[in-house]
Amino acid sequence: MTFFDVKNLTVKFGGLTAVDNVSFGINEGEVFTIIGPNGAGKTTLFNLISRLYTPSAGQIVFRDEDVTRLSAQQIAGRGIARTFQNIELFESASTLQNLLVGRHRHSTTRPWQDILRTRKVRDEEVAHRRAAEEVMDVLRLQRYRDTTIGALPYGVRKVIEVARALCVGPTLLLLDEPSSGLNVEETNAMAEWILEINRRLRVTVLMVEHDMSLVSRVSNRVLALNYGKMMALGTAAEVQGHPDVIAAYLGT
Amino acid sequence: MAHHVRTDYGDSEPLFPSKAAAFWYAVLLAGLIAAPYVLESYYLSQLVFIMIYAIVGVALNILSGQAGQVSIGHAAFLAIGAYFTAVSQKYGVPLVLYLPLAGIFTGIAGYLVGLPALRLHGIYLAIATLAFAFIVEEIIARWESVTNGNEGLMLPPPTVFGLKLGTEGFYYLCLLVTVLVILAAINIIRSSTGRSFMAIRDSETAARSMGIDTARYKTTAFALSAGITGIAGALYAHKMSFISPEMFSLSVSIDFVMIIIIGGLVSLRGAVFGAIFMIMADPLLIILKDKVPLWSDALTHGLFLPDTVTQAIQAGVLRVVNAPGLKSLIFGIIIIVFIIYEPMGLDGRWQRVKAYFKQFPLARQRAARPPRMFLKSERR
Amino acid sequence: MLDFTQQLISGVALGCVYGLIALGFVLIYKATEVVNFAQGEIMMLGAFMSVTFITTLGLNYWLSFVLCVIAMAILGAIMERLVIRPILGYPQFSIVMATIGLGLVIRALVGIIWGTDDLRIETPFTDGVFTIGKLVIAWDALSIIVATILLCGALYTFFRYTRVGIAMQATSQNMLAAYYMGIPVKRMFSLIWSLSAMVACAAGILLAPITLVHANLGFLGIKAFPAAVLGGFGSIPGAVAGGITIGIVESLSGFYLPEGFKDVAAYIVLLAVLLWKPQGLFGLNAIKKV
Repeated sequence: MTFFDVKNLTVKFGGLTAVDNVSFGINEGEVFTIIGPNGAGKTTLFNLISRLYTPSAGQIVFRDEDVTRLSAQQIAGRGIARTFQNIELFESASTLQNLLVGRHRHSTTRPWQDILRTRKVRDEEVAHRRAAEEVMDVLRLQRYRDTTIGALPYGVRKVIEVARALCVGPTLLLLDEPSSGLNVEETNAMAEWILEINRRLRVTVLMVEHDMSLVSRVSNRVLALNYGKMMALGTAAEVQGHPDVIAAYLGT
Repeated sequence: MAHHVRTDYGDSEPLFPSKAAAFWYAVLLAGLIAAPYVLESYYLSQLVFIMIYAIVGVALNILSGQAGQVSIGHAAFLAIGAYFTAVSQKYGVPLVLYLPLAGIFTGIAGYLVGLPALRLHGIYLAIATLAFAFIVEEIIARWESVTNGNEGLMLPPPTVFGLKLGTEGFYYLCLLVTVLVILAAINIIRSSTGRSFMAIRDSETAARSMGIDTARYKTTAFALSAGITGIAGALYAHKMSFISPEMFSLSVSIDFVMIIIIGGLVSLRGAVFGAIFMIMADPLLIILKDKVPLWSDALTHGLFLPDTVTQAIQAGVLRVVNAPGLKSLIFGIIIIVFIIYEPMGLDGRWQRVKAYFKQFPLARQRAARPPRMFLKSERR
Repeated sequence: MLDFTQQLISGVALGCVYGLIALGFVLIYKATEVVNFAQGEIMMLGAFMSVTFITTLGLNYWLSFVLCVIAMAILGAIMERLVIRPILGYPQFSIVMATIGLGLVIRALVGIIWGTDDLRIETPFTDGVFTIGKLVIAWDALSIIVATILLCGALYTFFRYTRVGIAMQATSQNMLAAYYMGIPVKRMFSLIWSLSAMVACAAGILLAPITLVHANLGFLGIKAFPAAVLGGFGSIPGAVAGGITIGIVESLSGFYLPEGFKDVAAYIVLLAVLLWKPQGLFGLNAIKKV
């Protein structure tokens, strides 16, 4: 079974080709990282995969299904969840409520049942709550459970973003710059969590990152992008040693 | 200070936040049930208006407060519910049927409005709802065969199972509907539907990425909001015994939005506070019209100003107080003052006062204002 | 054919007024992303002030015009300072409601100060007509069209070629960045409100001879919404084009369609356009970048 495959993916915004003929595959269970300078098209690639943008050409296959034309909400239903670079949490709600929204995919009740608060609704609420609490246990967010997001610091919000994505119960998790804006301690914690999510929870991770130490620490394979085009693909060490990558991005 | 200890997840979003709150709401309900035996008919009548406005307030809370969709044309839904009721009653449909049907019929109208509204945001949506309201008002005025046009329709008193509902009976009907609507709204808010609304309000992009079908939920919000307003329209039609197109004009829609602005956009309780405020405004204004000239008279005489100045001031005060536009003036000022100084509305003020007493003497002055967004790209 | 042209021209003239009001909307929207629901009432205030200058004080029409416009500029800045400045950055819904409140206040004050009767002003164009063959064009109507063209030209030059105009565009994109670049953002807002009030005032004075000056003039402002939305809320020529379209639609439907359509024609057109193009005819399709 093809776990995840991107074939010749291209997107053009007017005259600008943001993602140019990108092809790669992800094996189940690995941590795959995309690196590259700013403007290389990394987040655009994420937006294409999570279907917030529509590709001009190319194909995305997930678990043998062509998901290129699905809508963003259907992607979540297939088991692909994502975080956002600039944090798209629900500011007016508490941490718990944000995580419960993540559980939406597992919700089968319809509005009329919600209004009447039938037995099914109540049972599902308990199940959702239990799942959200488990995620909070993993990421140690219990003390922020009832705090409104607006009152929380940036580092905590980044973790909540990951928690909310985990509540979707994904098979593939997209992390957009999980360590941006975090200090050294927080980045270390994030690295540990990524490894735990990947190994213990058996979630395949696709991430975009700039912090090369984090990349080396957690990634199985790395893809380097520049100006929307692929530069190098291989293990972290291979890509970091690649001359094009050094010239365009890493420096010596 | 009350500590709430919960022992199982089933308790997590209870109907009442605490046993004490449940007690006080029960007292309130008992008071409202006893009202017809205690209050004069004028106050009872005002209570009925408060309840009707509270129902609309709840409807707008669901659409704008929870789901974040703008509507400045809600009077149209009130009209649809009202005219559906009048016409159904004319054809002999019983109340137990036409009351919920008014809600369903208006709900379908709301759904149809919601469909094109899906692609519209912010100001475009607001103006589209405005346009919709104007068109509905005009249709009602022109479709004379059904609605009797600008001459309006009379409604005979409502009857349930053959018995005529007197003032008390109608009051209890309104009370029942209000309580049911509020319960329904609470259930929506604490369920996955309510959370989906909240998600759409705060970040549509994230909502879609979490698997929420934003289109379906937006139309559901419109349908629910319209349906509830339609039921309020049915009650309104019976309360007034007479309906005509000009009773559902733009100012009525703006009155409705004022309910949630004054009451507090995000909270359900705010809708009730707002309704109380809007209905109490008229009697208060009448009192003001009498008292203010007396006060200004006393004040100017107390300051020993020369006669010509006193007369000029009195003339000015009288002119303002008797102006037909006085209500608009005061409402306009109140809207502006509330938006600037009380962005969370009366409910916000209520919660801050409660918190102050709870935390006394350690209360902190943390202003609960909406976050300011200065980038164009942030607003969407 | 003659009737059609006649209706067309009065439609264009009326449309120019809508366009001018819509222009006022767009000016403020471009600078602050706020829609000023009180624009119609500001126009009405301008018309009433002209009554005081022309009829009560007996001043010359052109002098009164200028004085009115200057007075409205000052009032516009005051309104901005009192009502809008405190709520900068608040959600759009709140600011819109605040402008609705402002509109209510203005309308009530006008009723208190000037009373509720219809008033009129004497203009150099009253009763004058211009004839081409059998076609009759009132000078009033013509004055509106000419004034609109002149105003649009002036505003276009202003925004394109002056520093202030470019500064205003910067403010509308990102207030914080404009502030850091040394643009006096708060002063920009006062300026844009003054400018918008001046345009509305001019529209009111031009309209006064045709509709008489009365307390419901403000409702014309609501008709200008479809105009602004049609134009996409982002462009000045769009606003005027939208206004003229609405004016023509109204005029023609009043003449050819059964009664009642005239009032709602504008809104039906609006909904139809929005269904097809949610950003208006000339609007920009923007989504939030995440």
